[in-house]
Amino acid sequence: MNWINNYVRPKIRSLVGVKSDVPENLWMQCPSCEQMLFHRDLRENRNVCRNCGHHMRLPARERLEILFDGGSFTEIELPENVTDPLKFRDRKRYSDRLRDSRSTTGRTDAIIVAHGEIGGHKTVIAVFDFSFMGGSMGIAVGNGIVAGAQLAVLQDAAFVVVPSSGGARMQEGILSLMQMPRTTIAVQQVKEAGLPYIVLLADPTTGGVSASFAMLGDIALAEPGTIVGFAGARVIEETIREKLPEGFQRAEYLLDHGMIDMVVPRHDLAATLGRIIDLVRCKERGADGVSLNQGGDAAFGDSNDGSAPASD
Amino acid sequence: MAETRVHSFLDFEKPIAELEGKIEELRHLSDEGEISIVDEVERLQSRVNKQLAQTYAKLTAWQKVQVARHPDRPHCSDYINELVTDFTPLAGDRTYAEDRAVIGGMGRLKGRSVIVIGQEKGHDTQSRVKHNFGMARPEGYRKAQRLMDLADRFGLPVITLVDTAGAYPGIGAEERGQAEAIARSIESCLNLKVPMVSLVIGEGGSGGAIAIAVADRILMLEHSVYSVISPEGCASILWRDGDHATEAANALKLTAQDLMALEVIDEIVAEPVGAAHRHRSVTIRAAGEAISKNLAELIGVDGAVLRKQRREKFLKMGEAPGL
Repeated sequence: MNWINNYVRPKIRSLVGVKSDVPENLWMQCPSCEQMLFHRDLRENRNVCRNCGHHMRLPARERLEILFDGGSFTEIELPENVTDPLKFRDRKRYSDRLRDSRSTTGRTDAIIVAHGEIGGHKTVIAVFDFSFMGGSMGIAVGNGIVAGAQLAVLQDAAFVVVPSSGGARMQEGILSLMQMPRTTIAVQQVKEAGLPYIVLLADPTTGGVSASFAMLGDIALAEPGTIVGFAGARVIEETIREKLPEGFQRAEYLLDHGMIDMVVPRHDLAATLGRIIDLVRCKERGADGVSLNQGGDAAFGDSNDGSAPASD
Repeated sequence: MAETRVHSFLDFEKPIAELEGKIEELRHLSDEGEISIVDEVERLQSRVNKQLAQTYAKLTAWQKVQVARHPDRPHCSDYINELVTDFTPLAGDRTYAEDRAVIGGMGRLKGRSVIVIGQEKGHDTQSRVKHNFGMARPEGYRKAQRLMDLADRFGLPVITLVDTAGAYPGIGAEERGQAEAIARSIESCLNLKVPMVSLVIGEGGSGGAIAIAVADRILMLEHSVYSVISPEGCASILWRDGDHATEAANALKLTAQDLMALEVIDEIVAEPVGAAHRHRSVTIRAAGEAISKNLAELIGVDGAVLRKQRREKFLKMGEAPGL
């Protein structure tokens, strides 16, 4: 990673002769401003550079911690599915790749689904784990979106998805492509139940993920600098043989082109999501901020009183 | 014997090309009246037929990809011209442009009014450029959405003919929301309350294909392919080398036969020996029969039921046991 890791630490370790229990990378360089950042500071600041505000990727579990009220949530178990349905093998077996990813991440696949509250409103979040095979979408991820959507409907909760994915998982071939309609149906069910479906685009959101549920949010937010697009930049450059414009496919660029509602810094995400969910779910509030919905969340004007217009 | 003279041979068709060359030569000689060649031509022709049957009975996945992309293979407009009467093309997405990579319109299939949508690759340089080689931009998918809405409004079944390398990767396409356009098009398919039948006639290229193929019945021609990524693209990512496309094609399980085994498609439409590029009309008519038959089974089913069943079908995708 840098000279401290590669040179100084091994030397110290060989002198002292004990295996260090400190994290691998004590310092890391901001990819944007090149400032050296101490790992603890960076972590405390949720992987946002204190110097320039550059947003680095946030691990899936931390994402849940910053979004749910009080950092408290309950993760749900996802249904098991066929692994390696095609017996896919490139230079390496897919089943081996899966096993490696599982042992390094401690997760069965690239998605976590959890429920809790945001701004006091019941919410289900499905968050992608980019560190698990690039957050790619196969059957297991499809299962996660379907299960999350169904849980939201069951709990009469808002549904928030945080994609961070390179696209479809090609090792599952056509079955990964079929997750595009499958996840689309899942979010349609949330919408038809009159519940808000909000997408928070995290870096990166491309390919089959962007071309399905990720672009179908009632409201679409993105973190600063997030790459969002269908085709990868390299593919586009190779096809058209020109240099891509500055900031191409970044969240700010998408905002300018009308593709998303807002770009929200990581530290403001929870408050923004809370406000949005509150605005659509609690339709009247008095001057003192008290909900005028009788009985709070579950009363008239709300989606769960049976009068919500279903789309068919 | 092939109904259509083949102009470009695939590399694995070389022995066939040589034999057909000999036949051509003999015919030329006999035109000059020098010798009678009937017996010799017959003998050679039977060898050609045998060779074709052998070759096409055991095409590899990569060979199927080549056949599916064959320039002489009938394209979307060929199917429309031959199968759809009173075809009335409709144009534009009403927002930005007319994308000629996607052809669509109204017409009659065996007397029944339908909406037809499909990707057109073009057959010569001029038409390929006009249709952008069958690679649609967001406007193409928005036109498809518009036509599906129209179908719903008038209760007309939707038929889609899939043949694309994929959605066009360009700056403008991205700026105007390629991903969103595909996602909405998938949603439009899912919302239809009229029957929808899709047929993959050549290449089913990833998101660009599925955008118009979320149907009640999905059919594939015998030598068509349908994949999440092109073998070349897959090879360059996973093997870091595009030259491994042959292996990638195998690994991806992208042939009609594979997809049938994976329970992703409903029916394979047989092609005559030597494939669609040798037997254009026969193939097109067989496709027409298969589409009509499937459509007939769906006509009269209540719209809400159709929609519910379509959703259930796709919600189950991936639960199949695998290969």
